[in-house]
Amino acid sequence: MNTDIAPVALIVEDEPQIRRFVRMALEGEGWQVHQSETLKRGLIDAGTRTPDLIILDLGLPDGDGITLIRDVRSWSPVPIIVLSARIDEGDKIAALDAGADDYLTKPFGIGELLARVRAALRRQHKAIGEASSKVVFGKVEVDLQKRQVLRAGQPVHLTPTEYKLLSVLLANMGRVVTAPQLLREVWGPSNGDNGHYVRIYMGHLRQKLEDDPAQPRHLLTETAVGYRLQP
Amino acid sequence: MAYHRGMHEHNPTPPDPFVRDGAALLACVGHGPGAARVVAAAARLAALAGSPWHAVLVETARTRALGEAARLAALEQLRQAQALGALTSVLDGDEPAAVIAGYARRHACATVVLARRACLPLPWHAPVTRRLARLAPQLDIVEVAAPAAHGRTTGASADAAAMPEPQDGAQPQPRRYLAALAASLGTALVALPLLPLLDVANVAMLFLLCVVLVAIRLGRGPAIAATLAGFAALVLAVPRRAYDVSEFKYAVALAVMLAVGWITARLTADLREQAEAAIGREARTRALYEFARALSVALQLEQVFEITRRFVERSFGARALILLPGSDGRLAWPEGERLTVMDMAAAQWAFEHLEAAGAGTATLPNNGHVYLPLRAPMRTRGVLAIRVAADADRRALLVPEQRELLDAFAALAAIALERVHYVDVAQEAVVSMEGERLRNSLLAALSHDLRTPLTGLVGLSESLTLSKPPLAEAQMELASALRDEARRMVTLVANLLDMARIQSGGVKLNLQWQFVEEAVGAALRVCRWQLGARTAATRMARALPLVRFDAALLERVLCNLLENAAKYTPPDARIEVDAEVDTRDGMLLLRVCDDGPGLPTGREDALFEKFVRGRQESPIAGVGLGLAICRAIVEAHGGRMRAFNRPQGGACFELGLPLGEPPALPSMDDEADAAAQDHVSHTQEQ
Repeated sequence: MNTDIAPVALIVEDEPQIRRFVRMALEGEGWQVHQSETLKRGLIDAGTRTPDLIILDLGLPDGDGITLIRDVRSWSPVPIIVLSARIDEGDKIAALDAGADDYLTKPFGIGELLARVRAALRRQHKAIGEASSKVVFGKVEVDLQKRQVLRAGQPVHLTPTEYKLLSVLLANMGRVVTAPQLLREVWGPSNGDNGHYVRIYMGHLRQKLEDDPAQPRHLLTETAVGYRLQP
Repeated sequence: MAYHRGMHEHNPTPPDPFVRDGAALLACVGHGPGAARVVAAAARLAALAGSPWHAVLVETARTRALGEAARLAALEQLRQAQALGALTSVLDGDEPAAVIAGYARRHACATVVLARRACLPLPWHAPVTRRLARLAPQLDIVEVAAPAAHGRTTGASADAAAMPEPQDGAQPQPRRYLAALAASLGTALVALPLLPLLDVANVAMLFLLCVVLVAIRLGRGPAIAATLAGFAALVLAVPRRAYDVSEFKYAVALAVMLAVGWITARLTADLREQAEAAIGREARTRALYEFARALSVALQLEQVFEITRRFVERSFGARALILLPGSDGRLAWPEGERLTVMDMAAAQWAFEHLEAAGAGTATLPNNGHVYLPLRAPMRTRGVLAIRVAADADRRALLVPEQRELLDAFAALAAIALERVHYVDVAQEAVVSMEGERLRNSLLAALSHDLRTPLTGLVGLSESLTLSKPPLAEAQMELASALRDEARRMVTLVANLLDMARIQSGGVKLNLQWQFVEEAVGAALRVCRWQLGARTAATRMARALPLVRFDAALLERVLCNLLENAAKYTPPDARIEVDAEVDTRDGMLLLRVCDDGPGLPTGREDALFEKFVRGRQESPIAGVGLGLAICRAIVEAHGGRMRAFNRPQGGACFELGLPLGEPPALPSMDDEADAAAQDHVSHTQEQ
């Protein structure tokens, strides 16, 4: 991504009012915005405009947005944020598994939208500029090289599984990670039916790292989809 | 009672060794007075051996000649046997022993019970028992004595004494005899003038021809009358002088004529009766066949009614009516039919007791209808009522062949009704599946169409608050209010759609083992904005177990409860969410409480009804759907929901989720973790 000229965003969304306010919000942040109304048009624009960000509605009239994700992922790591209705949790997980970076549930606020966009871009920057060995969120400080976790300056004991879970979330800071993905990365590929493992260890992490585990500020639950580590 | 085993006599012994286990018993109900005792004895023997039994009535030319009264008496005995548990039938045949032997073979009967008959000591008058023993030596034969009061039995002698009088001819009795006499007279007019030319034997042949014709047309009695008349005419007409010369020759010719005429009359009449019986059977079979064929294409109740009515009319000359039960199990009054309360009571009785009632049956025999229950394999489908107008009809319906035909009709109609019922059921299933599909796609479309403009509204109003240059304070407030109202609208629409989905049974719960703590956290984060300045505290008991629930739906419940709490409390209220285990009920309890004004007492449960709100005229927006959905969702999880006021003030909504057997914890990891724990703490200390 070239930082000298305005970054390019592509909105693939059939609803003009939604397109309009998403465009206004992104333009307010200095983006140059292109819009596609259909999946077909979106596929073409994704190729020709070489956007730095794609915002994609999953419920397009002429096809499944997941095909666009797969297509784009085959040649570009560009961040893709998916817009979807509340009841389609399965669709969200499918989109994330297909390579989408994040999702927003309709209706969503502009604050939410911009936060997701920033998180996605930051992650990409970091991937290019190599991660620093120290990560900080809230009162928690993680030294990735020493594998050390401090909370308000005090060392916190994490079991290896807890640490592994935390490190996966850290690697995806600000981004939702689906429960199946966490299971795969922490416990290995043969644990598809043990969704409760993730929940139990997530509970442990919250007990150790959050002020109020019942109202977490950083280790957030994305209901029926997965988890997000909010900086 | 005397027992015959094959041809051998035995002393009376207890009956059970003679009635072979498992093999059926056959009672031959005769036309004589012994019939009642045969039925009683057979019933007792069958009960002792615990074996099934049959009762048959064998009708031959001879028994038909006994007349209608004897026949009805015999049929009454047959019905008695049926009431005592026998399978009954009426058999036609010439030779009773052969008929009985055949029936016993076909139905695996090992023992035959019949009445003893008095017989003439003539070689061709062997009793049925002996002939039966000869035909079927493997059969045990039990002979029952006739009652002493009626010493005379209906053996061959009774047969000879009874004047044969067939009932089934078209013409009344006296006219048929007159016709027979007229035929003889006519023959005499033609034949007697020929006497001088022909031999007496030849003229007698003409009379015999006349007798044969009369027997065929008019039956046995008139034929015998014609024989006697011809004989008399010939005796009178033969010239006196002829007697002196060859008296003996004439006497022989006349005697032979009398004998041949007599035998011919009986044989011909027997043949005719058998042919008539065969025609009757054939007609019944054909009626049944045609009825079945007509019913096989019926797809609607009305068709079954119409076909049944038509065929009963054709076969019995009576009006038929099908009564169907309503949803309450009572037969419904048919429209446009004049039935009395008594009629309906009789029909209901037949329906409930699965037995025929009304005319000609043991129950309410004076009723104007016969009521037959329509028994189908799955259940009784209704009652077939047949109007019995006159006594003649009543008798016609009593005849077992007719009753059997009627029962067969009822069985066919019942099966047709059941088939029609299942056709309806299948169609309803298809319609309901279609309906569900339609409903789901409608809800999906509705949900999309409602959510899309709302998303625009929320986003655009928020854009307004963020617009540059910033809005003046008053406009900013308007824009914020616009945004919040739009978001409320989103919740409302979501509630409505969820309610519709839950009500239509279209919700599949995505049940997972998880912590309620997570659901509480997610709900508080998502719905936080609704609480405004109110504080929200959580109090979770330690070590809450995993429970199975649908996270998205539980989040909806909690959001609704939070929204509800926010709506009915002052802006500085304190809202508390707490969770604990109730081991007594096996529930995990989750409570959302506030310190607001509380619930109207006495109406706590009504709050969960759809469109019910605490106060009818409330300035607070909402239709009261939120709590109804909460309850629907919680109950779909097998839980329960209640509302109460806290003793220290404020309302409390409590939901219970059933505790289950949570899946195993990742124990191997724990061991590895425990082993690694030291290592981690060690490195941390460095």
